[in-house]
Amino acid sequence: MNNENNRAYWRKNTALIRNLLIVWALVSLVFSILLVEPLNTIRFFGVPFGFWMAQQGSILVFVVLIFIYAVQMDKLDRKHNIKR
Amino acid sequence: MSVEIWTILFVGASFLIYIYIGWQSRVKDSKGFFVAGQGVPALANGAATAADWMSAASFISMAGLISFLGYDGSIYLMGWTGGYVLLALLLAPYLRKFGKYTVPDFVGDRYYSQFARLVAVIAAIFVSLTYVAGQMRGVGIVFSRFLQVDINTGVIIGMVIVGFFAVLGGMKGITWTQVAQYCVLIIAYLIPAVAIAVYLTGNPIPQFAFTFSDIADKLNAIQVDLGFQEYTKPFANKTMVDVFFITLALMTGTAGLPHVIVRFYTVPNVRAARYSAGWALLLIAILYTTAPALSMFARYNLIDSLHNKTVTEVQELDWATKWESTKLLTFEDKNGDGRLQLTPDKETNEITIDRDIIVLSTPEVAKLAPWVIALVAAGGLAAALSTASGLLLVISSSIAHDVYYRMINPHASESRRVFVGRIMVGFAVVVAGYFGVNPPGFVAQVVAFAFGLAAASFFPAIFLGIFDKRTNREGAIAGMLTGLIFTTVYIIGVKFAGMPTWFFNVSAEGIGTLGMIINLIVTLIVSRLTPPPPPEIQALVEDLRSPIVEEETSAGVLH
Repeated sequence: MNNENNRAYWRKNTALIRNLLIVWALVSLVFSILLVEPLNTIRFFGVPFGFWMAQQGSILVFVVLIFIYAVQMDKLDRKHNIKR
Repeated sequence: MSVEIWTILFVGASFLIYIYIGWQSRVKDSKGFFVAGQGVPALANGAATAADWMSAASFISMAGLISFLGYDGSIYLMGWTGGYVLLALLLAPYLRKFGKYTVPDFVGDRYYSQFARLVAVIAAIFVSLTYVAGQMRGVGIVFSRFLQVDINTGVIIGMVIVGFFAVLGGMKGITWTQVAQYCVLIIAYLIPAVAIAVYLTGNPIPQFAFTFSDIADKLNAIQVDLGFQEYTKPFANKTMVDVFFITLALMTGTAGLPHVIVRFYTVPNVRAARYSAGWALLLIAILYTTAPALSMFARYNLIDSLHNKTVTEVQELDWATKWESTKLLTFEDKNGDGRLQLTPDKETNEITIDRDIIVLSTPEVAKLAPWVIALVAAGGLAAALSTASGLLLVISSSIAHDVYYRMINPHASESRRVFVGRIMVGFAVVVAGYFGVNPPGFVAQVVAFAFGLAAASFFPAIFLGIFDKRTNREGAIAGMLTGLIFTTVYIIGVKFAGMPTWFFNVSAEGIGTLGMIINLIVTLIVSRLTPPPPPEIQALVEDLRSPIVEEETSAGVLH
């Protein structure tokens, strides 16, 4: 019973990590590096969009990702009835 | 009052605060000494991690580097922040759950091998030593530039200050001084950045001024006029493949640096580890999103105030003559037309700007009061000292805890362990000071090592130790050794032996990414060809993954 609970918890945890890391790779490695040239043809206010992602946007997304993970894990911990 | 008097005042006051905190948080037991009693709140640990992480290089050199690299400088911005996502999602919560004192603790216990522990100890000491030498040098440079003290005297003053609170308070003393140092360094960084943003755009928030003003367009136009590439144009200095590899190497290296990882051992529980990673990155991001704005504004402003001006006009600028006397800014009217031109061609270029003066000169260029300049000096010192103290503790705990207690004398008493810890901090301070006074010529070159080696050794070993239960002793050792050896050979070959960058032109800075991938592959294959880890290790991994937090017993299987 406890084992099953732990396995379900771990499955949900790794799925969440996977999804967040996909976003992490998209904003930094893909948008800011691999696709930066096409994205630079789009203007983002005063600067090219790809350049802005590389020097501002990606960092802001990183911060948000970590807090999303912490909050979601709080919910998951509660659901799997963990005392602390 | 003059800049010197303000500087003495600010630096003196900040040092008194650090000493006071060090005295208040002195400790007696080994848990207090090595992991601050595991009682540091998430937000405080976030601030301490941010100060620990942001070094003299982040504070003084990074904005200058970006200023010269334009888009390509993004490797540092993304590389040195993106690693925290990996840390927060993949490593920190589990290492906290593991609940021991050091990174070699985890590697040695999870892979049930003293040899693996030793490999981790050597890598941790090497990475931290290369890094700390640069910090002590940074302390000396700030002293010599702002207080006209000899560089070596500056290094020695720095050693005494760091030594005092690290020997007395161990990790606890270091943690709380780092919190104070974060406050000093972030204020010192923001004031000049806000001032130059207002001066150029009228917008006081540097990040908004960067995004919404027309400075990027103006700078691009000037750069093209002068024959440079556009500032925002990607891959002007490095290839796309190289930018990709360097960014990923810095990210995984960041996540694998022992002095950052150990900070997550100091919080009360797993939940606090998750949140404190978020706080740490938020506090780091305040500086890291300001830096590119400062880079762009400073470059625009320097070109605007120097290029095509007559020699006499430039000589009338106070800050220009002041920095010229330090040789970090030089003028030479090569074509004799009475005006100074900035060009990309070394032969005709008449203005040479050292990248380190971008941050340090901004307050003067933006015509700020002398006390702001003094504050920047105190901020640079805070950045260097906080990073140095974190690294010194890693060196000390590697020897005192991992080698002495875990390998040589497992029956050592509490007081003896703390005593050895204090001796080793003192010893590490002296070694770091020695390198600060006599910097090995290759220091700047070996910084690539710290990240490359951390990426190629620790990151895969810890990651697989948590997420792949099948990874065993043989796999981890084979993976760490191949990763380390491959990365070392490539970096030394390229930097010192004239080896061509045969792997898709990836530079020494980026090769850690390939080293990490090689480590992952070797570990996975060797693990599957050799017997699985013993049942008690599999139980340990199960326990790390389970959501149940029982303080003190989480790593109990191995006692």
